[in-house]
Formats: sequence, structure tokens, C-alpha cells
Amino acid sequence: MNQLQNFTKGLIKENPVFVLLLGMCPTLGVTTSAINGLGMGLATLFVLSLSNVIISLLKTLIPDKVRIPAFIVVIASLVTIVQMVMEAYVPSLYASLGLFIPLIVVNCIILGRAEAFASKNNVFSSFIDGLGMGLGFTLALTLLGATRELFGAYSIFGLKLIPTDGILVFVLAPGAFLALGLIIGIINSLKKTA
Amino acid sequence: MAKIESSFKNMLFVLLIISVVAAFALATVYGFTKAPIEQSQLQKQQNAIKEVLPPFDKIQEEKIPIEQEKKESSFRKETDADSLTLFHAYKDGQKVGVAVETFTNKGFSGKITLMAGFTTEGNIYKVQVLTHAETPGLGTKMAESPFKDQFEGKNPQTYNLTVKKDGGDVDAITAATISSRAYCDAMNTAYKAAFSSHATTDTTNTNCVDK
Repeated sequence: MNQLQNFTKGLIKENPVFVLLLGMCPTLGVTTSAINGLGMGLATLFVLSLSNVIISLLKTLIPDKVRIPAFIVVIASLVTIVQMVMEAYVPSLYASLGLFIPLIVVNCIILGRAEAFASKNNVFSSFIDGLGMGLGFTLALTLLGATRELFGAYSIFGLKLIPTDGILVFVLAPGAFLALGLIIGIINSLKKTA
Repeated sequence: MAKIESSFKNMLFVLLIISVVAAFALATVYGFTKAPIEQSQLQKQQNAIKEVLPPFDKIQEEKIPIEQEKKESSFRKETDADSLTLFHAYKDGQKVGVAVETFTNKGFSGKITLMAGFTTEGNIYKVQVLTHAETPGLGTKMAESPFKDQFEGKNPQTYNLTVKKDGGDVDAITAATISSRAYCDAMNTAYKAAFSSHATTDTTNTNCVDK
């Protein structure tokens, strides 16, 4: 597999949200608006690329039977460091993204990619895989957030289209499932016809 | 390089090393980010005070305890919730207002913290929401106009800080009555703290913070 394929597989063919259905907890939780989805996606993209690189570097040193706890320790430490550094030096960014950062620790995409890809491939491929998967995740979350915001508040990226309250259920938790189900359905039917 | 074999000794050793390195890295980062984080949090508080009060040049901080009567509804234990912080603001030695960092546990999803600014006559000057966990798109509107603007210039002495549904003067947010009620509750707490027993506050023994 060449690096370009490696990069693009995360975008559509193996999109973490719409195809692999990984990382559902933050996906459903934070996508109440397009900007929230984008923020969570970017934070994940960053941590995923870094953790893939570190895991890939350590892969020969970690005995198979304790790989999961070892991965978790690495990922959790990485997330905490990112959070502290961000809060200290870019407080304005932290104010808008800070909420999502602790959620990344429990995001199964990160652990999933560490287990399925980074622990078996070299450092550069792992980095590219992290970038691709992270970008796919970001795309999916932004799309889902935009959909929910569009129906739930009649606005997009905070820009009001119709000046009334939207269909409230889309902003609430059940709306997350409805919107996700609809989007996956549409994508699958498009794939069949294509 | 071949994989390290999963023997008991290897597993123990590797996990130990990884944990120690991780702990060391975290401790180091914590050490040198601690000061900037405190700085930025203080900055945030100071900005909020400036936002909710008329122009001032000096601030006096005062902590006053509050009655713990609403125990029954507090599922989550808030350890820091037994006192409110008042910020008395002065300009050229003249008192121009007081800001109160107030809170309520009656929000739709728990605690809401507000910074409420009052003029010396007890009129509400401006209010800012500091932290909350309300429903996005519904309860979060409490931090936006027109909801927050309706309080400006009102005196809780004559202005009933309760939503209209409950017989008060406040227009609640559509579909977020609970958040609106909680907001009013926090405002009442703030007003009481600032003006009931402390009408002529003696602030000689409080610590001074220059802005």
C-alpha cells in the first residue's frame, strides 16, 4: 500500500465514524454545532498522529500481553500534556477546545489505530495513517455537527439562516442518533449506486 | 528487532518503565505550566470583573460564607461552594460598585457560575456567565442577548428576580425555563450576599488586589 492510499483510506473508504463506527461517544456527544465538531476533530487529529508515532516507535519494546495497558498509559499521558500546555500558553484556544480534550483519552479510534495499525507498521506510515484517520474523523464530525446545527438551530457555523428556533430534538441527544443514522444511510446508498 | 517475549519479568519491567517515564513527563510539564495556568485563570476572573462593573481603578476582595440550606438537591458535592467572593470596586477612592462571583446548583445539568456586577445603589450593571454545563443551543442562550440584557439597570429590590411563569418579572428562555430559573437563583444569591447584611460593608481586614 502506498502512502497516498494509506492517507486517503481514512477519509472515505475506512472513515472512522461512518464506516468503522469507532469513537461514537465523542461523536454523538459534542456534535451539537459545526464548530464543536470541527474543534473535537482537530484535537483528535493532533493526538492521534502523535500517539501513532510514539506507539510505532515503542512497538518492539512492548510485550504483546501488556500492550493495551501500555498504549493507554502513553495515550492518556499525551492527552494530559497537550491539555496542560494548551491551557498554559494558548488559553483562548483552550477556552474553545478544552472541553473536548479529556474526551480524547476514551476515544476508541486512538486505541483502535494504535492496536490495528501503529503497532504493526513503521513510524512514517503510522504518522500518515494518524493524519488520514484524524482528518476523516474531523470531516465526519463537522458534517454531523453542521447537519444537527442546520436542523436544530437553522444556522451553520453560527450563522443564522432563518431567525427562529429550529427543530430542538436535533440539538438534543436523540437528534445525534437520528442525524448519524440518516447520514450513514445516505452514504451507504450512494456507495451502492456508485 | 524482534518483539520482546511476554515473560512475567519483561511485562512487569516494561510497564513499570513506561509508567515511570509517563509520570515523570507529566510531573515536569505540570511543573512548568502551573504558573501560566494560574495566571491565565486569574486573568480570566479579572476580565470578567472588568466586564460587569463601571470603570474602576482598585478592587477589594472579600469572602462571605453562605447558609448551607439547599443541601437536599446537591447530588454532586461541591467542595468549594461554601462561600461567595465579593469584589468591591473603587475609583479615586469612591466606591463605584461590587461584583459577586455567584453560583447555583439548580441548573439543568448542575452548577452554573456567574459574575454579577452591581452599582452602589444595588442596580444590576452587567452579568457574565463564567461556567455552566447547560444544553447547547437552549440553556446556553442565558449568556446571550436578549436574555442577559433584560437584567441591566434593574434593581432586585423592585424587580422580582423570578421567571414570569412563577410570577416574577424575568422573561425565561424558550424551552429552557430551568436554566432561566437557575440564573435567577444565582442572581438572588449574589444580590443578598452583596446588599442584605453587608449594606455598609466594613472591608478593612480584606486583602487588596490592585488591578
